[in-house]
Amino acid sequence: MMISPQPIDAASLPGHVPEAAHRPLGALHRGFSGHVFRILPAAHSNTLPAEEMERRLIELGFVEGARVAILHEGLFGRDPIAVRVNGATVALRRREAMAILVS
Amino acid sequence: MDCCDTPAPAAARPDDLRLAIVGPPNCGKTALFNALTGSRQHVGNYSGVTVERKAGLAKLPSGASIGVIDLPGTHSLRARSPDEVVTRDVVLGRHHNERVPDLLLVVADASAPRSGLRLAMELAATGLPMVLVMNMIDIARHRGIEIDTNALSETLGVPVVTANSVRKGGLDALHAELDAILARGVPEPGPNLWSPPNAADLRLSHRAADRLIARAVTEPELPDTLTNRIDRVLLHPVFGLVFLLVLLFVMFQAVFTWAAPLMDLIDAGFGVVGGFVAAHVPAGIVQSFLLDAVIAGVGGVLVFLPQILILFLFILLLEDLGYMARAAFLMDKIMGGAGLHGRAFIPLLSSFACAVPGIMAARVIDNRRDRLTTILVAPLMTCSARIPVYTLIISAFIPARHVLGVLSLQGLVMFGLYAAGIVSALAVSAAAKFMFWRREPSPPFMLDLPDYKLPRPRSVAIGLSTRAKAFLKRAGTTIFAMTVLIWLLATFPFAPAGATEPPILYSFAAMIGHLLEPILAPIGFNWQIAVALVPGMAAREIAVSGLATVYAVGGDSTSALGAILAANWSLATALSLLVWYIFAPQCISTLAVIRREAGGARWMWLTFGYMFVLAWVGSFVTYHLAVLLGAG
Repeated sequence: MMISPQPIDAASLPGHVPEAAHRPLGALHRGFSGHVFRILPAAHSNTLPAEEMERRLIELGFVEGARVAILHEGLFGRDPIAVRVNGATVALRRREAMAILVS
Repeated sequence: MDCCDTPAPAAARPDDLRLAIVGPPNCGKTALFNALTGSRQHVGNYSGVTVERKAGLAKLPSGASIGVIDLPGTHSLRARSPDEVVTRDVVLGRHHNERVPDLLLVVADASAPRSGLRLAMELAATGLPMVLVMNMIDIARHRGIEIDTNALSETLGVPVVTANSVRKGGLDALHAELDAILARGVPEPGPNLWSPPNAADLRLSHRAADRLIARAVTEPELPDTLTNRIDRVLLHPVFGLVFLLVLLFVMFQAVFTWAAPLMDLIDAGFGVVGGFVAAHVPAGIVQSFLLDAVIAGVGGVLVFLPQILILFLFILLLEDLGYMARAAFLMDKIMGGAGLHGRAFIPLLSSFACAVPGIMAARVIDNRRDRLTTILVAPLMTCSARIPVYTLIISAFIPARHVLGVLSLQGLVMFGLYAAGIVSALAVSAAAKFMFWRREPSPPFMLDLPDYKLPRPRSVAIGLSTRAKAFLKRAGTTIFAMTVLIWLLATFPFAPAGATEPPILYSFAAMIGHLLEPILAPIGFNWQIAVALVPGMAAREIAVSGLATVYAVGGDSTSALGAILAANWSLATALSLLVWYIFAPQCISTLAVIRREAGGARWMWLTFGYMFVLAWVGSFVTYHLAVLLGAG
C-alpha cells in the first residue's frame, strides 16, 4: 500500500500551495471549477484497497493538474455528481470524490 | 512498435488471419464491425452492449477475406468486469478457446480520442501488430476537431487511418491499409512486455496521452456544449427525474395506444383466415387443429408483436442517444438505497423487454455482489412476454374509460403493474442487502456519460428487425410446439359417447388442471388457468395461447377470448392472476441464463423459489381482499 493520508505528504510535493486551498472534490458544489491537486484515497474508500481506488480514479482522468468542473448533481444529498475532466464527463458518488483533492 | 517499417516474413493465408477489434466503450466499435463484415448486430451507446463473442469475415477490395472478431469494449487491459476479462485474455493469449489475434484493430472515437489513444499505447506493449482507427471522424469534423493521422502514426509507430462506419466509402482508407498489410505480409508479433500498470504507470500514460493529443489533435476553440446544455435540463436534480418518470410513463402509454390499430389489423387478418378455414375445411379433428391450435394459439401471440416492437424502439433509441447512462446517474441514489448499483438501471430497464438480455447486460457491473443482486431481481421487471397476459386480462376486465379526461384507465392499470414490478424488485434487493450484506459498504459508482449522439436510423432498424425475427421465430417454434401440445392434451382422450359435459372435461388437460387445483384454488385459479400455467413455463405468453386453446376447445370458439374470460372469471380471479404474473415464476430460458450468469444452479433455484412464494402469497392476498370487497 503506497498511500498514507497524512497532509505531510501533500506538503512535500513540489508546487505546494497552502493546505487550506485544497478541498476534496466530494465536498464541493455545482459550478466549481479547478485543478486536481492530489489523489488521496486511503481514508475514504472502504470497499477497495486504496491503491486500486487511486488507479481507478486516475483511469477516469483524475490526474494531478487535470482541469475538473462539477457540472451536475443528483437530487438526494446532491449525490452523485457529474464531473467534466479531460474533455470527458464522468459520474461518481461523493464518497469516492472525497479522495480527489482539488485547488 | 516498428511493425510496419521492417519487412516481415509473409504470414499464413488471409482467411486464416484473425483480426481483433479492440476499443473503449462507445467508440463505435460495433458499428465498425458491422460495416466491415456486413453482419447484423445492434449498435448501442451504453458501455457493455457487446458482451457476446461476435465474429465475421471481412471482404477486402483486393478480393481477400480476413476473419474479424469484435472484442468487448474496455478502457484498459486491467480488466474488472467479466466482459473486460474476455478482451484481456484474448489479447494476452490466455483465453482457453480463442487464439491470439494476428492483428489488432484499435478503435478510438475521433471526437473524444483520449481513452482510445491510451488503450492503443497500452496494447502496443503486448507486441501484437496493430492498426489504429480514428472512428466516427464525421462527428469529430462536425465538431471542429482536426486529427493529424501522420503525427499519430509517427509517434505511435503504427498505421493510423480515419473511418466512418455509417457512410458509403467511409472504410476506404481502412480497407486500403488492410490490403497493403496483407500484401506486405502481417508482421510477426514482438515480445509481450505488458504487465499490470501501477498508479505511477497510469499517471505516466496520461502524460503521454496529453503529449500525443497536443501534437496530433486540434480541438476547436469553443468546445461542443450542446451535450452540456441538454444535460443542464436532463440531469437537473428535479426536472431530470421528472423527465425520466414522464418518459417512462409516455413509453408505456405509447405501447398501448400506438399499437392498437396494428393489433386490430393482425387480429382481423387472423379472423379472415379463421373464417376461411371454418368455411372450407370439413368440421372434425383437422379443422379443430387449424382453428384451435394454429390460429387461436399462434395468432393470439403474434398480435402482440406491435407492442413488443414499440417498447424495444424506445429502449434502442434511448441507448443510441446516450440517455441510458444519464438514467443510471439519476437513479443511482434511489437504487443505492435499495442496495443496487446505479449501473443496474440498464440491465433492469432491458429486462422490461426480456429478462434474458437484461441478465446478460448485468455483466457490465464489476462487483460480484451487485451483479448477483441485479440478476436475482431482474426477472421481477415486467418483461414483454407478460404484456400479452396483462393486455388480455386488462382489456377483458378493466373498462376502457378515461380518467381526468386524457389518461386511459387501462393504461393506468398497466402502469401500476409495471410500478409494482419495479417496487418489488427494489424491495427484494433491499431485503437481500439487509439479510446478506448488511455490514459491507457499497462498492464505488463510476460511469462515463458519453456525449449525446443522434441515433442512426439504420442501426435502430437493424436492432428492431433482430427483435422482430427473434419473436417471430419463438412464435413459430417454441410457442407453436407448446400450443400443439396443449391442444393435444385438451383434445384427447375424446369424450365418451353420450357424454353430457363439454368434451374438454374428459381430456388430459382437465386431469392435470384438477391435479394442480388444490395448490391454486386458494388463490382463485380454476383448472383452466392451471392447465395454461404449466406450458407457460416455456414462455410466459404461451399462457395466453393456452387459455385460448382450452376455452376454444371448450366450445365457444367464435367469440373473442377476452369476452369468454369476462364471462367465466370473477374480477377477483382476474386481479389475482395479474398479481401472479407480476411475480410469475419465470420461463425456462430465464432460469437457464441465471444459472449461467450467476455461476451455479443454487441461484437459479433461489430465484425460482422466492418468486413462486411471492406470487402465491401476493395472489392469495389479492384474491381474498377482492372477494371481501365484493369482487368475488
